Amino acid sequence: MKIGIVGYGVYIPHYRIKVEEIARVWGKNPEAIKDGLLIEEKAVPGPDEDTITISVEAARYAVARAGIDPTEIGAIYVGSESHPYSVKPSATTVAEAIGATPALTAADYEFACKAGTAAIQTCMGLVGAKLVKYGVAIGADVSQGAPGDELEYTTAAGGAAYIIGAGDSLIANFEGFFSFTTDTPDFWRRDGQPYPRHGGRFTGKPAYFKHTISAAKGLMEKLGTTPKDYNYIVLHQPNGKFPIRAASELGFNMDQIKTGLLCPKIGNTYSGSSLIGFANVLDKAKPGEKILLVSFGSGAGSDAFSVVVDDSIDQKRNKAPLVSHFLNPCVYIDYAIYAKYKQKFKVATLP
Amino acid sequence: MRDVAVIGVGCTKFDELWDTALRQLIVDAGRKAIEDAGITGEEIDALYIGNMSAGRFVDQEHIASLISDYAGLAASFHTPATRVESACASGGVAFRQAVMAIASGLHDIVIAAGVEKMTDVLPSETTFTLATAADQEWETFFGATFPSLYAMMARRHMHDFGTTREQLAMVAVKNHKNGCKNPNAQFQKEITIQDVLESPIVADPLRLLDCSPITDGAAVTVLCSADIAKRYTDTPVYVVGSGHATDTIALHDRISLTTLYAAVFAARRAYQMAKIEPKDINVAEVHDCFTIAEILAIEDLGFVKKGEGGKATEEGLTAIGGKIPVNPSGGLKAAGHPVGATGIKQIVEIVYQLREEANGRQVKGAEIGLAHNVGGSGGSAVIHILKR
Amino acid sequence: MAAAARFWRKIPQRYNLIGTKCSACNKVYFPPRYICPVCRRAGKIEEFKLDGKGELVTYAVIYIAPRGFESQAPYIIGIVELDGGARVTTQIVDCDPKDVEIGMPVKAVFRKVNEDGESGVIYYGYKFTPMR
Repeated sequence: MKIGIVGYGVYIPHYRIKVEEIARVWGKNPEAIKDGLLIEEKAVPGPDEDTITISVEAARYAVARAGIDPTEIGAIYVGSESHPYSVKPSATTVAEAIGATPALTAADYEFACKAGTAAIQTCMGLVGAKLVKYGVAIGADVSQGAPGDELEYTTAAGGAAYIIGAGDSLIANFEGFFSFTTDTPDFWRRDGQPYPRHGGRFTGKPAYFKHTISAAKGLMEKLGTTPKDYNYIVLHQPNGKFPIRAASELGFNMDQIKTGLLCPKIGNTYSGSSLIGFANVLDKAKPGEKILLVSFGSGAGSDAFSVVVDDSIDQKRNKAPLVSHFLNPCVYIDYAIYAKYKQKFKVATLP
Repeated sequence: MRDVAVIGVGCTKFDELWDTALRQLIVDAGRKAIEDAGITGEEIDALYIGNMSAGRFVDQEHIASLISDYAGLAASFHTPATRVESACASGGVAFRQAVMAIASGLHDIVIAAGVEKMTDVLPSETTFTLATAADQEWETFFGATFPSLYAMMARRHMHDFGTTREQLAMVAVKNHKNGCKNPNAQFQKEITIQDVLESPIVADPLRLLDCSPITDGAAVTVLCSADIAKRYTDTPVYVVGSGHATDTIALHDRISLTTLYAAVFAARRAYQMAKIEPKDINVAEVHDCFTIAEILAIEDLGFVKKGEGGKATEEGLTAIGGKIPVNPSGGLKAAGHPVGATGIKQIVEIVYQLREEANGRQVKGAEIGLAHNVGGSGGSAVIHILKR
Repeated sequence: MAAAARFWRKIPQRYNLIGTKCSACNKVYFPPRYICPVCRRAGKIEEFKLDGKGELVTYAVIYIAPRGFESQAPYIIGIVELDGGARVTTQIVDCDPKDVEIGMPVKAVFRKVNEDGESGVIYYGYKFTPMR
């Protein structure tokens, strides 16, 4: 029995801020940042958007693309590191908003930027064991970067939802996955803190590169595949540079990398990052093509998936907006409006 | 059914009355009205008091008893008192209850009063409370404000009929001019069209000077059966028409965004009762909570055709000296809008006009006057026609 | 502070535009009505889901915002006529006030509408954006 994707949907907010604008505020050289991080601009949530609203929009598109009855969804997991509530699940609101309640199980996941792929794995298990017909896995974030922190250039908002099922009308199926997990404190946010802290250069080699590369290698070893077997590779994208370097070290070329690489235009959407890149590949891939998806979450771990595109892709693709729909047109805002939308200052209440 | 007359009126200054509490406002206005009528407290059969939201504005409910108490009536005479609420139309509806009580033969002399104390809470609380006249679950929940509801009506009126931004401003300019002649008015200052157009935007297309202000004030009328009116005054003013109507509370549920059908039906009922037509009205006080509201009012009352309210205002039809002078008191815009008191203050002004006591703003030879009082964005309306 | 139940009982309407329809006269009501104003007691009210597409009937741009909406000002409030007939008062978002016009097609999106202070329940619901 093939287990795979019966529907997917993405959502990226309407607003963008350019690296130049953030650099202007802090007196930094924008060209150095753009070169160093390979990023031009990032997606900013509107003042009324959060992880729940982004998850709902993405999940609604996923249901539309899947063409399923939402009451047949048996499980929903929302992966994020910016759930609006510390206690009270995002998943129940999403389940209600997509019409999947009440006969389903639901929970929120958190694993820095890879909670969404962890949710996919859970759904694969439930579907594979025939415990549910469909499971919804969402990765979404309105990520936070402290003003002035290097993170501020990349922390973005967006999300993707995947409906996992089995059978013949799959958009793509999973050949297998391999996860690589260690206790590595490269990036964290303590309870009650508004912004995360990170280990600077420690987030690179011992964290991102070690985990993504080990997971990808582990999976290819397990499946007996090589980079040549894949048409596309999609990695978690904390910036534009890391995924290119990791993919190159693994032996992939730019043709395989570029379709799934959206960070330069939308920033790091955290739990949404690799999953939005993956959606952009599905938007363009042909039946039979093979995709290597590798997430990364600080703390730290990577989930690598080998995915084969199925025949249903052509028939389902245009039933919901493609990723490109969210890339244009968008509205550029300045740092003041950005700070207002992100509620970085206290607004006066009327007397 | 017995005929009813107004034999006494009184009004406080409308203003931000920082040193005066609700219970004192109503006593100040009441004393004037009772002295004007020449009655004693013992003669008062009942009180009807229009008040929108003492509960939110001064944290006080049960104000009918409070007012009877502080008027010196409760302990001595145990006079029945009833609070009437219909948002900004509370005063007009209280007046109607008094009219019905006398017309029915149940009472002979009744007080119809209105009072609102709006400055004892912060302005944000005041505007929140005013917005409770709209649908809390389906309008204000989604961020609609009271000015925005009227702004949406204005936008649609401009779209459908070509009403201009300047014509809206002319309503405020006219009413400020009238208000200068009303010693009880909150604003005694003339403004220009430019002043209105340059005032801060509240809810585009409406600006600050399109909006009536936050006001403290009280107004009181003394009514009696027409057959005994001459015992008290040589100049009774008769209530010849009374109409009251409702509409959907939410603006979005109305069949029109440019007609307040509550006002249309209340007017129809009042005209029928009075056996007169719109053209017979010599002076009107209308509910100009926003400039657009006066334009809608003169259309809904049949003074001009639907869509021509802006043009009529521009042509001076509604100015003192025009064909149908509207809001000689300054209206809600310039005289102020203590919401529960407004409907009664309109009656007070019409009584002054019909008794020819409206110094400096008198509409010459006015014999029939009309008061048009609207609740919320048009969920209720009450109209009275008075004749000397 | 409001009790959460006040918001909670309206979740079907606010999340998914579940209204009612009178099967006697076919008129659609949103928010739901429990008696049909046309047929009154002769009417038959049943649940009806609106699809969230519609047209802007009128709008205003709010600069003086009420409590809880201060950080969004200026914002657009409008009345939208939904396909199916009912009208709603709603924010029009992701749209510059100078690009909004009467008659423009709009669609429902899921947004945060307000919250019960910093520690209270977050109120989600529909808003509308221009059809793109």
